[in-house]
Amino acid sequence: MGLSLIVDIQKKLGSFQLQVQFDTQQQPLALLGASGCGKSLTLKCIAGILKPDAGRIVLNGVTVFDSAAKIDLPPQRRQVGYLFQHYALFPHMSVLQNIAVAVKDHSRRRQVSAQLMERFQLSTVADLRPEQISGGQQQRCALARILAAEPQAILLDEPLSALDSYLRFQLEADLAGFLSQFPGPVVWVTHDQGEARRNCPRVCVLDQGHSQEVQTMDSLVRAPKTEAAARLCGWENFADAQAEGAFVRLPQWGLLLKCSAPFPQDAHRVGIRAGALRLAPAAGGENVFSCFVVQQIRDLSLRTLLLRPEGAPRTAPLLRGDFKKELFPGEVPDRLLVSIPPDALLPL
Amino acid sequence: MDWYPLYNSLRIAAISTAAVFFLGIWAAYYVAKLPRLVKGVLDVVLTLPLVLPPTVVGWLLLMLLGPKRPLGAWILETFGMKMVMTWWSAIFATVVVAFPLMYRTARGAFESFDHTLAGAGQTLGLSNTYIFWRIRMPVCRQGILAGTVLAFARALGEYGATSMIAGYTPSRTATISTTVYQLWRTNDNAGALRWVVVNIAISAVFLLTVNLLERRQKQSGGEAWD
Repeated sequence: MGLSLIVDIQKKLGSFQLQVQFDTQQQPLALLGASGCGKSLTLKCIAGILKPDAGRIVLNGVTVFDSAAKIDLPPQRRQVGYLFQHYALFPHMSVLQNIAVAVKDHSRRRQVSAQLMERFQLSTVADLRPEQISGGQQQRCALARILAAEPQAILLDEPLSALDSYLRFQLEADLAGFLSQFPGPVVWVTHDQGEARRNCPRVCVLDQGHSQEVQTMDSLVRAPKTEAAARLCGWENFADAQAEGAFVRLPQWGLLLKCSAPFPQDAHRVGIRAGALRLAPAAGGENVFSCFVVQQIRDLSLRTLLLRPEGAPRTAPLLRGDFKKELFPGEVPDRLLVSIPPDALLPL
Repeated sequence: MDWYPLYNSLRIAAISTAAVFFLGIWAAYYVAKLPRLVKGVLDVVLTLPLVLPPTVVGWLLLMLLGPKRPLGAWILETFGMKMVMTWWSAIFATVVVAFPLMYRTARGAFESFDHTLAGAGQTLGLSNTYIFWRIRMPVCRQGILAGTVLAFARALGEYGATSMIAGYTPSRTATISTTVYQLWRTNDNAGALRWVVVNIAISAVFLLTVNLLERRQKQSGGEAWD
């Protein structure tokens, strides 16, 4: 068995139940989930900072945790590089000390840390403390420190979330370049599917502590299988749904819509992208219905409208539609005719 | 003027502060890890000496260490040491009353410690001992220093329990506080005043130090970390 990470763990924390199963080889695996779904918890279990209740973790052929065999290596012996969300640099140490402290071979400390500072462009800030350097430098310092400890695998916990958005693009590119040179398994935790899509060929969606099957990023983005996955991939509208032959009934909105493929009998929800809604020229066309405009949000080139289908009660969720600004040369009317293309109905 | 009370007070305070430093940090570190119920009970027990009258502490210590009490009698028999009415008897009193100050301040500092720093140290292969002394302690150093200074000041000012367990023997067990009481009792107000001034001066310096430490903590804390 080559370089790989196999994770199959359970942990209960109060009423929260974590149940995660995935494996990954060399290419970075995205662990994608909303906040509070247990992503960081999973990383901490892999690193050995927290102990799962049950299960198994095998890193590069070495069992680092196995509840049945009573194996639980301490984090120090797992050698997992962990990039924390806020980097967790030691605030009382300089950049140089932060890196040097992680070098195990004391006789090579000076040499290794100098090389790493050179590689991560930190030589000019070697004597500064973490609070005195920029967010990008902090991240590079954290990465240099991880490499100084010669890790078997690297875990990234929302690596870009602590940065201002204008810094993110360059740092994401830097990070991708760095990871492409790392031979071991990499787990990249994020809530941003764009970040996952650009950097990880495979993805494991985590929904309220439960992991879904590992799949390619392509298949996830094209056809998410669960509501949580669809939400993470940018679907905005969800409603209850029942199959009715070639149609699907959405009782909350009082709609009966035609589908391009028969709606599966076992699907009970439907997802609709806000961008899939179309303005309809006239009533009576396919999947055309009338809506009240409840609220509109103006963006530069977009009008986002929150709509209530005419047959829907006030308690029903609102339908969000994104339309080009040019479609409304004047004021947005109180009432609109819209349509949903049959192929835009995602069964969940 | 006989400076023995100053010397005796300072050495009692210094020794008990050293003891309280390690005891308080040890307790703060381990109590924080206990389950909530045990933590709540222990927290009350460990903080109690802070709010109890020193005479209650003194009485309890005498009941434990007195030459006719079980523990005191056993020590006297086994080691030939009398636990009360010597200069170092006061250390028992000062350790007990100063302990809660160190314990609570250290616990507060440890509770605000960012646990990801410890996690980072572990994943980088640093030993838990190294993480405690070289990461946790320096990061929490201002809180711990403030606790140490408070404990020292409290030990220096201890009167009630000290007078019960060590009594007042000039040049043997006399401390600043017991000397002030003795001088006042014997109508030597001029003598008492001298020691009052000495005491106020020492305490003021210590409180000033605490304030400076707290201000520095406020200035340096909270930037770039969360």
